[in-house]
Amino acid sequence: MPAAANFITFLVDGQLFGVPATEVMELARFHELTRVPLAPPAVAGLMNLRGQVVTAVEMRCRLGLPPRPEGQQPMSVVLRREDVLVSLLVDQVGEVIELDDSTYEPVPDTLRGIARELVRGVHKLPGKLLLLLDPGKVIAGLAVGSRRQTLSPTPL
Amino acid sequence: MEQMEEILKDFLLEAGENLDRLDQDLVRLEQSPTDKKIIGNVFRALHTIKGSSGFFAFKRLEKVTHAGESLLGKIRDGKLALNADMVTTLLTTLDRVREIVRSVEGTGKEAAGNDTELIGNLHALAEGKPVSTIERGTSTPPPAPAPPARATAPAPASASIDSFLRDFLAETHENLDALDRAFVALEKTPGDRDLLSNVFRTLHTLKGSSGFFGFSRLEKIAHAAESLLGRLRTGELPLNEAVTSALLDTVDGIRATLKHIEQTGQESAKDFSATIGVLRQLAEGKGIVAAPVEQKFAAVASTPPPLTPALSPSGGEGEKAQAAPAPQPSAADSTVRVDVGLLDKLMNLVGELVLARNRLLPFAVNHENAAFTSATQRLDGITTELQERVMKTRMQPINHVWSKFPRLVRDLSAQCGKQVNLSMEGTETELDRTLLDAIKDPLTHMVRNCVDHGLELPAARVAAGKLAAGRLLLRAYHESGLVVIEISDDGAGINLVRVRQKAVEKGFFKADEAARLSDRQATDLIFLPGFSTAETTTSVSGRGVGMDVVKTNIENIGGSIELSSVAGQGTTLRLKIPLTLAIVPALFIGCAGERFAIAQTSLLELVRLDPSQKESRIEDVSGAPVCRLRGKLLPLVFLKRELQLEPRAGEFQSPSREASEAKDGDCKSPAPARHVTIVVLQSEGHRFGLVVDEVHDTEEIVVKPVGALLKGIPAFAGATILGDGSVALILDIAGLALMSGVVAKLRERQTTEETPAPPVVNPDEKSLLLFHMGGAEHMAIPLEFVTRLEKFPRTRIERSGGREVVQYDGGIMPLVRVADFVEGCSVTVDSAETLDVVVHHSKQQSVGLVVGQIKDIATASLRVTDATRQRGLLGSTVVNDQITGVLDVPAILKAARPEDVTPKLMPIVAAKN
Repeated sequence: MPAAANFITFLVDGQLFGVPATEVMELARFHELTRVPLAPPAVAGLMNLRGQVVTAVEMRCRLGLPPRPEGQQPMSVVLRREDVLVSLLVDQVGEVIELDDSTYEPVPDTLRGIARELVRGVHKLPGKLLLLLDPGKVIAGLAVGSRRQTLSPTPL
Repeated sequence: MEQMEEILKDFLLEAGENLDRLDQDLVRLEQSPTDKKIIGNVFRALHTIKGSSGFFAFKRLEKVTHAGESLLGKIRDGKLALNADMVTTLLTTLDRVREIVRSVEGTGKEAAGNDTELIGNLHALAEGKPVSTIERGTSTPPPAPAPPARATAPAPASASIDSFLRDFLAETHENLDALDRAFVALEKTPGDRDLLSNVFRTLHTLKGSSGFFGFSRLEKIAHAAESLLGRLRTGELPLNEAVTSALLDTVDGIRATLKHIEQTGQESAKDFSATIGVLRQLAEGKGIVAAPVEQKFAAVASTPPPLTPALSPSGGEGEKAQAAPAPQPSAADSTVRVDVGLLDKLMNLVGELVLARNRLLPFAVNHENAAFTSATQRLDGITTELQERVMKTRMQPINHVWSKFPRLVRDLSAQCGKQVNLSMEGTETELDRTLLDAIKDPLTHMVRNCVDHGLELPAARVAAGKLAAGRLLLRAYHESGLVVIEISDDGAGINLVRVRQKAVEKGFFKADEAARLSDRQATDLIFLPGFSTAETTTSVSGRGVGMDVVKTNIENIGGSIELSSVAGQGTTLRLKIPLTLAIVPALFIGCAGERFAIAQTSLLELVRLDPSQKESRIEDVSGAPVCRLRGKLLPLVFLKRELQLEPRAGEFQSPSREASEAKDGDCKSPAPARHVTIVVLQSEGHRFGLVVDEVHDTEEIVVKPVGALLKGIPAFAGATILGDGSVALILDIAGLALMSGVVAKLRERQTTEETPAPPVVNPDEKSLLLFHMGGAEHMAIPLEFVTRLEKFPRTRIERSGGREVVQYDGGIMPLVRVADFVEGCSVTVDSAETLDVVVHHSKQQSVGLVVGQIKDIATASLRVTDATRQRGLLGSTVVNDQITGVLDVPAILKAARPEDVTPKLMPIVAAKN
């Protein structure tokens, strides 16, 4: 854990999550998606981000949360990992905050289900908790052949 | 030190090129042993390597090349006549050099090794002694006196000298530019030893090269400058303005001379005695007035050439500057070395531009404003041209791959004891470098196959009435946007009898199935994994891994491969390769509201089934859906089922059970009233039909990677971005075929395809082909004897040896008039324009049974009753309330003895085995 680092925060089903700002390429509006048949359910589809094909991951599904209400447009947090572009579809993008070790705690035992596997740690912010996502794990678990993790959604 | 590495890199690059050229030249030399030009080339190339090796103190290299050079010197001077032993030993020398160069590449040092034997051999040959123990290659007979149909030399010998000189000029220009900069830099930091050493080396190289070409004036002036620099380097002399000026003027002088060489191929008569004098004086430490020197050179270099931005030869590319044929721009001016990465980026950008253009075009069509429309059209034109030009920058002539083949063929043929004349046509045909890389191994494999399997031993060839030396022809040409590469030999061809036998031995087919395969199908068996007809496994080939890999590799890059072979006359392999991979034409299809792209290379045709027609409906053959396309069964794959497409329900709920069941039912019994759209595709030699909802238009697409996330789904090859900015998936045809199991089912189907006999339920029951004969007689023939049904116009019937025959399937097929052999049948004079013929295939022979009029196929139990037993009939049975006679085919064939005619007349299969 570096002493202090910037994090991009976003909301999924009312819960605040964060990913290291260094991993995020950009934040984007929702683009129209092309469905990918046979892909794991969390893969929402492919989108065109200025000429590049980006795989979109529905974070509500990935985290085992209920679907987003009708009519609510998701936002896109675009990550770049080893030349692969992935967009995380989230409910709402929050502010960029700087965090250091002082508020950090390991994953509490009370956190269960998929979220526990994907969360690296917790930051105690005034009045709320920020769950620190491990982008590598969010993506790695999605590759075809490892659907197992997404099939038994357990609520937080 | 960095500079040193650079020089070493250049040396390695150059040595590699020289070696490749040497390979070709030596092989050509063997065919025309007295060609002075080739000998000169070989000598020079080897000498260059030797010189550079000496410079880098690579002792082994130097010794080996020196020994080779001495031998070549004698040959050049006509003291020795070149023979096969010498060529073999020289080629071995090249291999050794290549090996050492490789070790230098890897480690920066020469690997330890013993070359005494090789050097001894070279010396022995140079002294005119025979070599006792070289290699197996010695046993090959000396090359036959040049056969009349001599190999076409890839390029006239003079052209390669020119290219050599061009390389020298381009390189020297670069060196001179480097010198210019170095001298100027030196003036500022006179004590910089590294810089001085660089300059010294550069000049030294220039001197050496000039020596090779016999440019003695250049050599002299470079030598004088070098001596001066040598003293500067050791610190004996200080570098001052006068020295710098003199050196810079030297560079100008050399440059002017180079220009003259470029234009005329010769040094100018201008001599540099004055300059050399100045340089000498300076070297001796005498001061000199700078002014007169400059004046002298002002005359020589009256038109200073434009200073080209010298590009450092940093790329690992072996591309040498190719001067334009026009003499005006110098070799260095007209070419630029560019990093391949930059070209790839350019290509990507052009791809983007094409997509942006595609997006814009629909607007222009519907737009009122004429100015806008014309501007868009202009953009369209420019984009297309830009795309072509940028693609061109990545093109390389196929000779890059082919240039290795003369050597390969020579070595192989020596190993197999064969004689091969290799000729190459269309060496300048260009294709994308990534594709070139991809076809390199498959091509090599096929060339090996041709020499090893295709061509026969000289004795066998002579016995067959051919020239002792086999012909191997490589051709490349452009055809309708594709590059076609042909590899053909005039060897024995593929022995289809042997192929069928092997297929049975390996358990691919049962004997009767194998016999029923058409020649075309049998030929294609060569591409099955694990299939080889070679009697013995040699070190070269025959292990049965190969042609299937070749095929897969070619199909991976969107190409196709065809094989045609005529027994006794040879084999031709024809590859069709797309020009580029980055931008491909594709067909868009729709299924369940989604759009998908199919690369046009795998597309055969589009078929629309009209369900009201009885012939064109989807049938079910042992659980697999098929349809009939021109009499053949086409297995079907339903895209909707394979991709589990259904109307979008919950955003991320796995497909519910009800939905998948409904969908399955939907696919098995397609709504009868609707048309069915089938895209007929070819993947890895298998045809199948993809059932889709609709067919859209074709468009050029740019293939984008889908990323690691979706790599695990075999149905998709990638994605592309459409004109409207949305993303569409590209279907992977091979992957789809694999997923649907159509490939696995295909093999068994391929045999049943010819005779779609329904499974026999009751052992007594038989499938019968019904026909009328001699008027009202109802007759039948068991379907197992039917290979094919054909109609022949009467005009095609010919007579040979007192029998009726027709030309069929590349051979001659005897006809048997069944009525002649069945007791009680009236022999009628047929008046029909066409004859219905049942083709029966057995013992590798086709026989045409002329029956009256083919009616139908039915299943009936065979009850043989003695009372109705007639000659030529098995018995009789009741079909459709009609008493029907069943033909006794073996008996009829025995009586007709068609084989009396056939052995002499049927060249379908090779008689020799």
